[in-house]
Amino acid sequence: MPRKKALDSTQAFEHAISRSQPTLYVLRLYVTGMTPQSAQAIASIKKICEEHLHGHYELEVVDLYQNPQLAKGEQIIAAPTLIKKLPLPLRRIIGNMSDIERVLVGLDLQKKD
Amino acid sequence: MATQRTQLPKSPTGILGLDEITGGGLPKGRPTLICGSAGCGKTLLAMEFLVRGAIQFNEPGVFMAFEETVEELTQNVASLGFDLNDLAKHKKIALDFVYIERSEIEETGEYDLEGLFIRLGHAIDSTHAKRVVLDTIESIFSGLPNPLILRSELRRLFRWLKEKGVTAIITGERGDETLTRQGLEEYVSDCVIVLDHRVTAQASTRRLRIVKYRGSMHGTNEYPFLIDESGISILPVSSLGLEHTTSSERISSGIPRLDAMMGGVGYYRGSSILISGTAGTGKSSFAAHFVDAACRRGERVLYFAFEESANQIMRNMCSIGIDLHPWMQSDLLYIQATRPAFTGLEMHLTMMHKAITVFKPHVVIVDPLNSFVVADNETDVKAMLMRLVDFLKMQQITGLFTSLTAGGDAFEQTDVAISSLIDTWILLRDIELGGERNRGLYVLKSRGMAHSNQIREFLLTNHGVELRDVYVGPSGVLTGSARLAQEAQEQAAQVMRQQEADRKRLELQRKQAQLEAQIAAMRAEFAEQEADLLQNIEQERVRESLLMQEREEMAQSRKADAETNQHKAGMA
Repeated sequence: MPRKKALDSTQAFEHAISRSQPTLYVLRLYVTGMTPQSAQAIASIKKICEEHLHGHYELEVVDLYQNPQLAKGEQIIAAPTLIKKLPLPLRRIIGNMSDIERVLVGLDLQKKD
Repeated sequence: MATQRTQLPKSPTGILGLDEITGGGLPKGRPTLICGSAGCGKTLLAMEFLVRGAIQFNEPGVFMAFEETVEELTQNVASLGFDLNDLAKHKKIALDFVYIERSEIEETGEYDLEGLFIRLGHAIDSTHAKRVVLDTIESIFSGLPNPLILRSELRRLFRWLKEKGVTAIITGERGDETLTRQGLEEYVSDCVIVLDHRVTAQASTRRLRIVKYRGSMHGTNEYPFLIDESGISILPVSSLGLEHTTSSERISSGIPRLDAMMGGVGYYRGSSILISGTAGTGKSSFAAHFVDAACRRGERVLYFAFEESANQIMRNMCSIGIDLHPWMQSDLLYIQATRPAFTGLEMHLTMMHKAITVFKPHVVIVDPLNSFVVADNETDVKAMLMRLVDFLKMQQITGLFTSLTAGGDAFEQTDVAISSLIDTWILLRDIELGGERNRGLYVLKSRGMAHSNQIREFLLTNHGVELRDVYVGPSGVLTGSARLAQEAQEQAAQVMRQQEADRKRLELQRKQAQLEAQIAAMRAEFAEQEADLLQNIEQERVRESLLMQEREEMAQSRKADAETNQHKAGMA
């Protein structure tokens, strides 16, 4: 399954490069209802995106309760989970995003210390 | 296991033997922990529980795998005849592989495992599952950070499973000092089963033990189990006890004169018979006789051979005139030949158990018993044999075991000290006498029957085992040449006695003849004398009459009174 995704995303990646624009970030945040954790994660990731990826990101928030079959398809066990689909490598960022440093590391926007 | 009154509701596993040990299955609607080291069969046990549940008990299940992918799982259990694809297609089983890659994951704050809950809940709801397996959930500890969160989430998961009312199996890898690496036994406290894979003397045996089962009686021993082409089978020991019924039917040993030593009728049906002896004393031949006799009666015989192959046994038995081929062909006889080192003891026992259950024999032969004894595992062997003997007795199967005793040891001691389990013990031994070894046998014990106490010599002839007459000499039983010499001597003595009698008879005849001759001679003599005497008398008479005549003539001539003279002459 990850292999298939990689193929698609590679094409998308090359496509993105050909436009010689800043790297496009495709992010998907899976939450489980409106728990405080979910709310905090949503608020936090929106803020980070606006600050660091303004204009070149796509963020989609998915409620797993509404789409339980996605949990299996996306290999999700923890909640909240943010999946960075692009750029590669695929990365899962779990937790309520309160540690912004680590979110940035997870998004490859900042090197690990 | 006898009290079934207010039993906890149970979910039958359908696994051979496990339901017996657990008294009906795993606790229904509760999680059960199965732990053990790598390769001891956790996944398989869990999978069999699920598949049998789906097929036999119409309880769909969810298998959540953390270690193997769905494809791998499907392939692995296909060898056991489980078609997971088909079951999944019919919504009897849902398979879900949880993929966790540590390098992909970045933790950025508090999280929970709600994703897993949703995923599991969705699978349960879509199949209406009653059974759930989480194999091996502990691996999330290596995939996700923050063990504290994981612990509390797992606790919540197990509670949630209970609320859902599903019977769950959670597998866990064995830890160093705890049952599982992450101490899952703290959370799953209803039923804990430990699997074990032990190697003793280079042979491995899998064992199962129920460490705890809340609210239910259960067997507490270690039970050996077997994984083969039909899945897991566990040998329950708890069902064994001294409760077997006994038969007073007697069956022939196949050797008439041996039967004669045992009250003239042979062994009891359902008894256990031990034939022990040193190497080359003919133990297998006795077994073959018994096999032959049983097959002739139309009974089924299962022969476990641990030293010779089936073909070798048949060839060797042909040499003593016992042809087992027809019995093989008519399926009355089955020879299962394996090397003792092939598997561990328990495995052998389980395999034998299984073969007996499948073949349903009347007679079981184990030849020889003590090839299992390697190094110092005697207690294990004894325990195993006790179980085997008990199992056979429960089924009213006559068991004949041979046992090789080491030369030089006390003969009445078997290597495995199982004499107390045996009903009839026939001891074969070499008797050394007069510079040769000969085979002798005696019935050491035979419960419940009058039996001969004599040591008998026997021969292996081309028509089987033959017991010889007994010659007791000054130094015990005479065997071999000594017996032959004794036989010759006795024969000579008999000839002499015969000759003596003949001689006496002749003498008598001679004496009689002599006597008769003497009588004849005497008679002849008497006849002679008689003739003589008669002749004398006649002569006398003639002379007298002549005298008279003369006198008369004289008187006439003298002219005497004729009348008076005549009278006087008459008087004379």
